[in-house]
Amino acid sequence: MVLLFNVSNGLIVGLFYGLMALGLALILMLNNVVNFAHGGFMTLGAYIAYTIEQRFGFWAGLVVGPFAVGGLGLLGERWLIRPMYKRPGHLYTLLLTFGFALILEDVSRSIWGAQGVPFAIPDLLNSPLSDTYFFITGYNVFVVFITGIAAGALFALLRFTNIGIRIRAGMTDLETVSALGVNIYGLRALNFGVGLFLAGLAGVLAAGRLGLDPTMGQSLVLPAFVAIIVGGLGSLPGAILGGLLIGVAAGITSTYWAAASDAVIYVIMGIVLIVMPRGLLGEEGIGE
Amino acid sequence: MSGPVARTAILREPAPSAITAGIALFNRHRVSVVIWLLLLTAPVWLPLVGSYIQLGSQVLVFALTAMALNILVGYTGYISFGEAAYFGLGAYGTGLFLKFVAPMTLPAVLAGVALGGAAACLIGPLIMRRRGVYFAMTTIAFSQLFYFIAEHWNELTGGEDGLAGFQRHAIDFGIATLPLHDADFYYFVLFFFALTAGIIAMLLRSPLGHTWLSIRENARRARYLGLRTDWYVWAAFAIAGTLAALGGSMEALLNNFTSPQDLYFIVSGNFVIMVVLGGMGTFWGPLVGAAIFITAQDYLSSMTLNWESFVGVLFVVVVLAFPRGILGLRRNGRNGTKRGQSGRDQRVRA
Repeated sequence: MVLLFNVSNGLIVGLFYGLMALGLALILMLNNVVNFAHGGFMTLGAYIAYTIEQRFGFWAGLVVGPFAVGGLGLLGERWLIRPMYKRPGHLYTLLLTFGFALILEDVSRSIWGAQGVPFAIPDLLNSPLSDTYFFITGYNVFVVFITGIAAGALFALLRFTNIGIRIRAGMTDLETVSALGVNIYGLRALNFGVGLFLAGLAGVLAAGRLGLDPTMGQSLVLPAFVAIIVGGLGSLPGAILGGLLIGVAAGITSTYWAAASDAVIYVIMGIVLIVMPRGLLGEEGIGE
Repeated sequence: MSGPVARTAILREPAPSAITAGIALFNRHRVSVVIWLLLLTAPVWLPLVGSYIQLGSQVLVFALTAMALNILVGYTGYISFGEAAYFGLGAYGTGLFLKFVAPMTLPAVLAGVALGGAAACLIGPLIMRRRGVYFAMTTIAFSQLFYFIAEHWNELTGGEDGLAGFQRHAIDFGIATLPLHDADFYYFVLFFFALTAGIIAMLLRSPLGHTWLSIRENARRARYLGLRTDWYVWAAFAIAGTLAALGGSMEALLNNFTSPQDLYFIVSGNFVIMVVLGGMGTFWGPLVGAAIFITAQDYLSSMTLNWESFVGVLFVVVVLAFPRGILGLRRNGRNGTKRGQSGRDQRVRA
C-alpha cells in the first residue's frame, strides 16, 4: 500500500516533470534555446494563478496563470531572445535565460515573500475518491486529466494544423522552412509562447499539489532536463515518458530509501546514457 | 675585399644587452607582468582601496576555477554548466579529510583534488559525445547528482546545514611554519593559483592545447583529420574538473566550511558568467571576470536584499553588451578580428 501510494505520488510529480519537459523540449527543438528560466516562469505562473485565485477563485487562476506566462513568453522572446538567434553557438541564450531565472525567482520572492503559501483547491477536487486507495484524490485525477488534454492538444496541433506542420518542419530544417516563405520569427515566438504556456500550466497544477514557494521552479526544472535526456533528445513524447519514468522511479525509491529519492533520477540518467546514449525515444544524430 | 665581412656585420643583430632583453621580454608579457605584480602586492593595496584580504583570496579561488572552466568554454568550445559539482566535491574532499582523517592541510588539498578529479574523469565519458546545448544540459544535470548526495547524506556531510567543524592548519615545513592566517593564506592560494595558471599555460602550448583549439574552431574537420575528438573533450573536461576541485579545496580552507550550495548549479552559472565577462578564450579573462563578479556580489549583497536580481541583470547586460568579454574587446581592438569572425563549427540555425 505504501508502495502504491508512492507510485501514485511519483506519477503525479512525473506528470509535472513531463509537462515542464514538454515545454522545454519544444523550445529547445525549434528555438534552439535551453530555457533555464523555465522554472522561473513556472513559479511566476503559479503565483499569478494564486493572486487571481484569491480574488476570483481556482478556475480563473487555472486559466489566467498559463496564459499570462505564455504572453510574457511572447514578449520576452521578441525583445531578448530574438536578437540572440544570429549569434553563433548557444552560450548567449543559455546565459540570458540563466539571468532571467535569477531575476524571476528574486522578483517572485520580493512580491509574494520567501515563505511558501498554500494554494487552495476546490473541495470538489480535494476529497479521496476511494476509501481503500485514499491517495487517489479528485485532484490527482484532475491533474492527469488536464495534463492529458494539454499534451493531446499539443500533439494534435503539431500533427493536424498548418502551424504545427511548420513547427515540425522548422525543427528539422529551419533554413528551408524560411526559404519556403514561412515567417520563422513569428513561428519561433509562437512556439516559445506555447512552451511557456505549458510551464505556467505545470506551475498552477503543481502549486495545487505541492504548495507555492519561490524556489519551486528551480526544484522542478532540473528534473525536467533529466526527463528530456532520459526520454530522448529530439522527441516530444519522450519528454513526457522520461518525466513519468523518473517521477515514478523517485516515488518507488522513496518507499525504500527516502534520502536517495532526489539523487536516483540522476543515477537513472547516467544508466540511460551508458546503455542508450540517445535516450529512450531519441532520434539519431541529435545533440551528438 | 672587406665587403662580405662588412655585410655580415650589418646583418648580424647587435649583441643583446641584459636591459634590452629585459625590455623586450616585458613588452611581450606586459599584461602578465602587471597582473602578477598586482596579485603579489594585493595584501598591501587591498585595504587601501577599501577592500579586505579575504575578498582577495575569494577572487583568487573563483578565478582559479573560472580559468579551469575556460579550458572547456573558451578553448575547446564546450559549455559546461556543471563545474560547481567538481568545485564542491573538492571542497567536501578537503573538509572531510580535515575533519575525519587528519588535520593536515596539504594532504587535505590533495584529497579534495582527488575526489573532484575522479568524479570528473568518471562523468566525462557519459557526456563527451554530447554537443552544444545538450552538453550544457547534461553537465548541469549530473552536477545535481552530487548536490543531492551532499544534501542528503547527513551522517557524513552534515546535510543541508553544510560541513563544519574543520579548519585549516598551519603547515610545518621543518625549517619554518606557515601559519595560514589571512595574509599568508592569501599567498597560499596565490601559490596554487600560479600553479594552475602555469599548468594551463603549458597545456595551451602543448599539442593537446592545439587540438582543443582545433575542436573549437572546427570539430568536424578535426574528426576528419583522424583525431578522436571525444577523448580530447574528455581530457578537457577531466582537467578542468580536477583544477576546479583544487579551487573548491581552497574555498573550503578559506571559509573553514562548505555546504551543498557550493555544488549548486547557480554557482556553475556564476563560473560561466565570470569566464564570459572577462573574455572567453583569453588567458587572464577569467581572473578579470572573477574579480568584477566577486566584488560586485560582495558589494550588492551588503547593499540590498535583492542582489540576486542584480546578478541576473549582470548576466543579461554581459550577454547584450559585452558578448566577447572585457579582454575580448581589447584583443579584437589590437589584432582586428583574431577570433569570432573565423566561424565556429557550431551551426547557426536561423
